[in-house]
Amino acid sequence: MKKVGLIINPVAGMGGRVGLKGTDGVNILRKAIKLGAMKEAPRKALRGIERLLPIKDDIIILTCSGDMGEDQCKGLGFNVRVILESSGNTTSRETMIGASIMEEKKVELLIFVGGDGTARDIYKGVGNRIVTLGIPAGVKIHSPVYANTPEKAGDLALLYLKGENFVVKEEEVIDIDEEAFRKNEVRTRLFGYLKVPYKKEYLQNKKAPTPLKEEENQKAIALDIIDNMIDGVYYIIGPGTTTRAIMEGLNLPYTLLGVDIIKDKKLIKSDCSEKDILQIVSNSKSKLIITPTGGQGYLLGRGNQQISDKVIKKIEKENIYIISSNRKIVELGGKPLLIYTGDKDIDLMLEGYYRVKVGYGIDIMYRVSKG
Amino acid sequence: MKRIDRNHKVRNFHQAKWDEPIIFELSQKGERGILVPEAEEEIVNKVGDGVSSIPKAMRRKELPNLPEINQKRVLMHYLRLSQETLGGDFNVEIGQGTCTVKYNPKINDKLASTEKMTELHPLQDESTVQGILEIMYKTDLCMREISGMDQFTFQPGGGSQAIMTMASLVRMYHRINGEEDQRDEIITTIYSHPSDAAAPALKGYKIINIMPDENGYPDYEAFKKAVSERTAAFFVANPEDTGIFNPRIKEFTDLVTKAGGLNCYDQANANGLLGVTRAKEAGFHMCFFNLHKTFSTPHGCGGPGSGALGVVKELKPYLPKPIVDFNGEKYFLNYELENSIGKVRIFNGVPQAVLKAYAWIMSLGAEGLYEVGKIAVLNNNYLFKKLLEHKAVDAPYIRGKQRVEQVRYTLEKLTEDTGITSGDVARRVMDFGMHYWTSHHPYYIPEPITLEPTESTSKEDLDEYIATLHHIFDEAYENPEIIQGAPHRSTIHQVDESSFDDPEKWAPTWRVYLRKTK
Amino acid sequence: MTIRGYKNHPYIPNSDEEIQKLMLKEIGLENLEDLHKEIPEELKLKSNMNLPKPYKSEYELKRGIDSILKKNKTCKEYINFLGAGCWQHYVPAVCDEINSRSEFLTAYAGEPYNDHGRFQTLFEYESLVAELVDMDVVNVPTFDWPQAAATSLRMASRITGRREVLVVGTIDKDKLMIMKNYCDPGVNITLVEYDKETGKMDLEDLKSRLSNEIAAVYFENPSFLGFIEDQGEMISKLAHDVGAISVVGVDPSSLGVLAPPSHYGADIICGDLQPLGIHMNYGGGQSGFISTRDEEKFVMEFPSRLFGVAPTIKEGEYGFGDIAYERTSFGNLREKGKEYVGTQTALWGITAGVYLSLMGPHGMYELGQNIMQKSLYAIGELNKINGIKGSRFSSIGFKEFVVDFNGTGKTVAEINKELLEKGVFGGKDLSKDFPELGQCSLYCVTEIHLKEDIDKLVMDIKEIVER
Repeated sequence: MKKVGLIINPVAGMGGRVGLKGTDGVNILRKAIKLGAMKEAPRKALRGIERLLPIKDDIIILTCSGDMGEDQCKGLGFNVRVILESSGNTTSRETMIGASIMEEKKVELLIFVGGDGTARDIYKGVGNRIVTLGIPAGVKIHSPVYANTPEKAGDLALLYLKGENFVVKEEEVIDIDEEAFRKNEVRTRLFGYLKVPYKKEYLQNKKAPTPLKEEENQKAIALDIIDNMIDGVYYIIGPGTTTRAIMEGLNLPYTLLGVDIIKDKKLIKSDCSEKDILQIVSNSKSKLIITPTGGQGYLLGRGNQQISDKVIKKIEKENIYIISSNRKIVELGGKPLLIYTGDKDIDLMLEGYYRVKVGYGIDIMYRVSKG
Repeated sequence: MKRIDRNHKVRNFHQAKWDEPIIFELSQKGERGILVPEAEEEIVNKVGDGVSSIPKAMRRKELPNLPEINQKRVLMHYLRLSQETLGGDFNVEIGQGTCTVKYNPKINDKLASTEKMTELHPLQDESTVQGILEIMYKTDLCMREISGMDQFTFQPGGGSQAIMTMASLVRMYHRINGEEDQRDEIITTIYSHPSDAAAPALKGYKIINIMPDENGYPDYEAFKKAVSERTAAFFVANPEDTGIFNPRIKEFTDLVTKAGGLNCYDQANANGLLGVTRAKEAGFHMCFFNLHKTFSTPHGCGGPGSGALGVVKELKPYLPKPIVDFNGEKYFLNYELENSIGKVRIFNGVPQAVLKAYAWIMSLGAEGLYEVGKIAVLNNNYLFKKLLEHKAVDAPYIRGKQRVEQVRYTLEKLTEDTGITSGDVARRVMDFGMHYWTSHHPYYIPEPITLEPTESTSKEDLDEYIATLHHIFDEAYENPEIIQGAPHRSTIHQVDESSFDDPEKWAPTWRVYLRKTK
Repeated sequence: MTIRGYKNHPYIPNSDEEIQKLMLKEIGLENLEDLHKEIPEELKLKSNMNLPKPYKSEYELKRGIDSILKKNKTCKEYINFLGAGCWQHYVPAVCDEINSRSEFLTAYAGEPYNDHGRFQTLFEYESLVAELVDMDVVNVPTFDWPQAAATSLRMASRITGRREVLVVGTIDKDKLMIMKNYCDPGVNITLVEYDKETGKMDLEDLKSRLSNEIAAVYFENPSFLGFIEDQGEMISKLAHDVGAISVVGVDPSSLGVLAPPSHYGADIICGDLQPLGIHMNYGGGQSGFISTRDEEKFVMEFPSRLFGVAPTIKEGEYGFGDIAYERTSFGNLREKGKEYVGTQTALWGITAGVYLSLMGPHGMYELGQNIMQKSLYAIGELNKINGIKGSRFSSIGFKEFVVDFNGTGKTVAEINKELLEKGVFGGKDLSKDFPELGQCSLYCVTEIHLKEDIDKLVMDIKEIVER
């Protein structure tokens, strides 16, 4: 019997119907219920997991009690084992704990139901150590760890569990600052990566069902950067998978969420602090290579605070290279890339058109605005 | 007897389904499809069996593993497969946007299949091919008038080869001018055909793509920033694949000309502009037409086609050799092109396509071409207006304004509401004897459909197409399962695509299939 | 307004003014001119284009075009001995019947469902040619042989990461021009010397040029000048020894009797499909193919589409689709040489499939045998004429051979001119492209030539040179 994990965040999606943009935080949730919000996620979960019925006898579902999964699975007649008693008021903590227990129990696939916040909690619980897949139910979904629709999530899970040959990809867990969102400000942040079974027709690349292989695309961009590196110049490599491809291309160790510095294709320092970067930028010729976060397209400001306003002031505009997979550009739907360094003058100074590298020898002219 | 009510627009269709085996499965040892002439006895007496003269190591040891099938069965096989192909002559062919699949007049095919065309060897003495040379030359003259260019070549065998040829011309032009190394960038736009980026990239250029602004026009400010002394050329379609015409095109081309670059016009989308506006006035140095699109020659499942490429007179010496010329008395092949890039296709391109295009032009004339341009746009905007009456479909950019000959629509709303994607709908359309194409990748417009009705579609046909799409959109809201499972009434059911990207499983030929399956 | 349209034209259903009014009203416009509001006035034409007056009926059109075409003299009216990359073979009636079917002729880019037949026929063509060349993978056809050869070299360059290729010295100079343009910049072509007696590749010269910078060695069988290159195994071995790829161009009509290049070390095979049931069409019948082994490193470098077979969700049903489709849009990394795919020559692929289905193994053998016999006969008879060598090279050939007129005191041009007057298209004049051969001409003999045709040629030439 194959073990499958299931965690439903039953309150995910409740904000949407009543005009709230997400339900992270107890106060907001109360407000949502007061406004008459209904639980969306359990219904959507049903639409997804019922696709697993054909292999019902070959799997056992590990889940949490009540409407975090148990009720839905039993209702459909699956073999169920409850591994966590829910308090009845699902919190992020319960999602996280549930996920890490499932990792211990060695589930083959962890299915979770919710939105960006839920993905974050799952990431906190299991990192990128086990294969996961999201059934979309939340209001905010920017993380491409979710399938396009609950049904597609179910179909994808079915194929994966039936042992089809799959590419497993690391996809971004992105979330936006909910308070800012409510004031019509958008700030995304990269939290980490989850492993998901990849099939282009099924997964959420919300605005861009493109056939490009993200990894190949990243490799091509990295090779362009590597081939054109100038000796003696310091290259400050910002966080992200696109920039990581440069380090991989050079066979250097990397920090996925941190900043690394290289010169003459050799590593100078890993996981640099603002101070480390400032030291190098102040004394030597250097170039900064950054990539936007998926979804909102933040270049600076979220997820890479080490690259501070002070760093930018020193480095000068023409030494900033922007690289991006095609997919991220498509996802922007024409909206500019965003910068939010915390210093208004610097943000203004950085505005304008940049040549964004999207492939080997392929640039696009793209607008950058203050966020 | 009760009168039959045939008042419905949405067709009750089922495609042919012959369940035909793969050709190898039809093999019966000893059967012959055709007999080959035998050499005369006197010849055999003189030279023997012929085969033993071949050096031993070079003789084929075993006969090729081809099937043995009688003629009737071969014919039946391919006729059945033809019936399982939804050619342009059969369906309301407006779904292949950007490809201008219009009516291909039968008379033109008949003219091109006479022996006076098919039985010409390309190296025959010029005096024996005056007819086809005359047609090529006269077509050149027509093309010059239609575009404002000064000389055409018909060597490229398709649009992409024409783009590659344009990029070759650009490289040679700057090479002769001593600026080849300096000018290493080509600018194009996101909604131009992908080959406008890919073919120049093949010719060693760095590509800079211009994104659309909020109205869908190429962003002029970005363009200004992109043009420099490194610019070799600007490759663009206008209208782009959205059907939006860039009214500032002359400002774009002027910028490039001033910076020393060349302007290259991809006229794949020319159908709505015939007799209305031309490449020359918009500041282009070269342009090409797909004769198999705008000029009605059939697509043949993907060629042979023709990419007629025209240039201003300054660029004539760079064209591939030879061009068809006329000295007042006779037509001839002119090799006197001092800076020629050489050749791009062997011999003289695809002359039978040129002949068909010529016949088409000659059945319409200037007034006819103008009518084509007008009606292509009328049909498109009618379809546009009517389709958008359904909530499921929308088209981004320049609201309330007209499109030229095509529109890239979006089903984003439908997908959000029902989970049904444009790809799903595309499979369902086949159940009604039609098809449509989504878009080139990547999808900059989400859940896209690209439709181009051309002048060949009647109002009746348009109404049927619209009614069918609306019917399917309604299904998506009411009965999405039927769309998810589609096609139901096409030749086959959904293909299991899981092997296509897996080197262990993919089966590009029958022999590989036999080896990899049990 | 000085521009006028053409009302009630049979190709334009909505050129009727009543319908136009109705449709215009529907979209809220007054007249047809309003349809191009988005185009600036300064870019608009102000009067009708200056084109010839159109024919007013289909009948007049046919009369008009026929009267131009009538000026052509065809290879049915004359006896043709021209080859050189486009060959006159018999085209079985079934081939024409199939490729003129409206369904195939007017289809384009439908999906594997509505165009199931198109996918299956092209898959079958790939599979049939694969048997002929005894390789695993064959592409949906490219423009022509030179294009196939050029792409093969670019593929080899990407696979090996090298930029230099060696090409056989007896290659067609027009083909070479196409390959050079397509490979420029990025892949450099150098010619290898050939043996002046046999025509075969000069192996010493090849060895001296081979190094670890060479991506590929390209040669042909039969060669452009007709003779069979029987050193294929050695050439491939020498190439492989330095890590280069062996690319061989081939005339598929020879493969009933000649060993396919895969049997002597070829890694990539290319060639032209035109001899397989496709009319010459003044050069419009050319169509290229590329074939490799079923190895990922080769498959992933094809720029062309590859149609593969697969099951559908319904038991017992064949379905088709694109193999490794993503490679066509964004496959290459380091080499900027990203090729492209577009409308090429699919209809000729279908036709070649029909041809091979009809011919079968025995038909292809008999075709090859017939051509061998006829060309040997022609060479022997020409040899009997004073001052003429039936074959300039000592190697045995297939279908084509170089006739040496140097001993006649006449140029090929002069001889061809006289032949023309006698109703014969003489061979291709090689004096410009191969000046080292002097006055030589490339002749082509196939199964369409009867003994009497060859005898007439010999008699005519004899008369011309001995007069």
